[in-house]
Amino acid sequence: MLANRKLILAHFWLAFAVFGVALTLGAWQMFIRSPIGTWLSNPELYYRSLTAHGTVMGYVFPTLVAMGFGYAISESALKQRLVGVRWAWAGFWLIVAGSIMAIIPIALGRASVLYTFYPPLIGNVFYYLGVVLVVVGSWIWVALMSINLRLWRKAHPGAPVPLAMFANVAGSYLWAWTAVGAALELLLQIIPVAAGLKTTIDAGLARVFFSWTLHAIVYFWLMPTYIAYYTIVPRAIGGRVYSDTMARISFTLFLVVAMPIGMHHTFADPQVGAGFKFIHSAFTALVALPTLLTVFTICASVEIAARLRGGRGMFGWIRALPWDNPMMLALAFSFVMLGFGGAGGLINMSYQLDASIHNTQWITGHFHLIFGGAIVIMYFAIAYDLWPHLTGRELLDLRLIRIQLWLWFVGMMVTTFPWHWVGILGMPRRMAYFDFGDPAIAPQALSVTLSAIGGFILLASGILFLVILARGMRAPQADAGPYCFAVAVHEPATVPVALNTHALWVALMIGLTVTNYGYPILTLALNEGTSVPAVYVGAQ
Amino acid sequence: MSAEEAHRDSAEVAARVERRWATFAVIIIVGMALLAAFAGIHSATMPQPRVETTDPSRLHLSGEFVESNLGSVLETNGNVTVRAIGQQYSFTPACILVPADTPITLRATSADVVHGILIQGTNVNTMLVPGYISEQLMHFAKTGDYLMPCQEFCSFGHEGMWGKVKVIDKTEFADRAKSGGRLSCVGQ
Repeated sequence: MLANRKLILAHFWLAFAVFGVALTLGAWQMFIRSPIGTWLSNPELYYRSLTAHGTVMGYVFPTLVAMGFGYAISESALKQRLVGVRWAWAGFWLIVAGSIMAIIPIALGRASVLYTFYPPLIGNVFYYLGVVLVVVGSWIWVALMSINLRLWRKAHPGAPVPLAMFANVAGSYLWAWTAVGAALELLLQIIPVAAGLKTTIDAGLARVFFSWTLHAIVYFWLMPTYIAYYTIVPRAIGGRVYSDTMARISFTLFLVVAMPIGMHHTFADPQVGAGFKFIHSAFTALVALPTLLTVFTICASVEIAARLRGGRGMFGWIRALPWDNPMMLALAFSFVMLGFGGAGGLINMSYQLDASIHNTQWITGHFHLIFGGAIVIMYFAIAYDLWPHLTGRELLDLRLIRIQLWLWFVGMMVTTFPWHWVGILGMPRRMAYFDFGDPAIAPQALSVTLSAIGGFILLASGILFLVILARGMRAPQADAGPYCFAVAVHEPATVPVALNTHALWVALMIGLTVTNYGYPILTLALNEGTSVPAVYVGAQ
Repeated sequence: MSAEEAHRDSAEVAARVERRWATFAVIIIVGMALLAAFAGIHSATMPQPRVETTDPSRLHLSGEFVESNLGSVLETNGNVTVRAIGQQYSFTPACILVPADTPITLRATSADVVHGILIQGTNVNTMLVPGYISEQLMHFAKTGDYLMPCQEFCSFGHEGMWGKVKVIDKTEFADRAKSGGRLSCVGQ
């Protein structure tokens, strides 16, 4: 069993509990704006729910999963005592406090600004302060991951850092730097206005700051999933990692190219010029590279498992895979969703194609497929894999786990495919209501209904997930042995310094952010007369 | 061949296969970027290139977005310019009148919070950020009616913020434009 099981379980249970609440809100939103729901006479309730859903799913849930998983990795991959457990608990309680502080104004309808803030809309100051506390709590984790790796390095000079920890620390650095964009927006722009110290705000500058966070945060959400691809899946299905080096290259590439690309979210914005829009578009294309490398390496790793199990032929080995193993199933579903979601993403980042789907339901479909689908299904798999090591009990009902994964996959397909479709037809995002009586909107009623049904399938799957974990807390005791990670076919005896440390990549990450964001931010900040009056939400 | 040599050989094979795949992946990505650059330069399809600013608290007092200047105007070169503003929770004009088969420039801004203009069934799609002017080129091949929802959350009334675009015949538009002033289809 893991030494810090209490700490990790606290993170996971809080993550999955708030996930359950936000999932329920999401399903309700799908229902209430579909033709099967009745007109919600107060649309303001919808936007409270939407703000809560986004804030939890974007800031609280994935952060807690990454943190809990990170502590587990630090302890088991480095095989050393986790240093700073008290600080880790402090980080956890900061997140609890921040979440409560943020959710109260949301529930009261005083912060219905959505998790993307949208100044000059301004909500209650405690909402923003709560989000800041959540981020500060997670920064403690970033520091702890770095410190623990440093201590290990001292004890093992020159030795290759275990892949899981190398990737985990890369993810934590990515998050630390990613969060700076939104932190600047909150601290320099929004909070002074929300606190009543200022009454005007530059909305264009705020959108550029937020784009700094908005894209790379997705790669922070993705990190635990990719760590699971490389270091858990091959072990769980009886294979080997095809290439340790390629894995390290992928993670360092994420660190560098996930950051300076966020302005593809502002293609349709008037405050950014064409030059930087193009640069960011080209860099976004680059971020496909680590994913393409990963898909190749993981497919090869899975093939090794199949051939070790007696698989033959060019494609015949696929049948030899352990399909009844939940990890195999989760990986396959995750890859299918990553494929569709990634293809959609290439359209979104395209300099030209973006205009046809910008801010339509296509985008909602896209990020639910990538994050809710490809990423979150691996969070489930991580939880299932770690659970016996956290509880000292066995997860017995594999059949139920398979049903849960199937439901999530089917639910995500049924939800997001019609969403993409109505997006192409031009259906806008974030609408509490559609007038399906309008002949121009009526044809979209069927698709929206399908999406709502998908939402309920997802809710059923989410509830099942929580039930499986809760039952796992009371299952018969069994010793799961030490928690270990996948081994590479060719385990590295030595690793080049560049792929064994993060310094070079962190320097590149910061340098590229400065070159790709410095000039636009500076010109916007120096541009006089673009600050506009704040519009307070919920102030009657 | 010893086991150690076999191990080394297979490691080399693995590295070679990986390099090939990585090269292939890089070619795809560079190809995509070049395609976007070519289309952007050759067909002039690109997002809004220039940054223009305006003061949203003085829109109604002076400048190009005063109320009397909103709507469609036929320029001397035969092109049409449409000026519009978005505010919580409507567009002005709420119904935009334009001719078919004519190059049109849409110039728009917001009077309060962030809004967006999207014309369904077309690629017209731009943000309206207060303090900045959005400009987009449009072209409608056929006459007809289009819905024009706000595509960005602008607070509680967002779901009710829908405008319309009416595309009429080129000659009919020219006729109506003769009397001067700014055209729209509000109330028609």
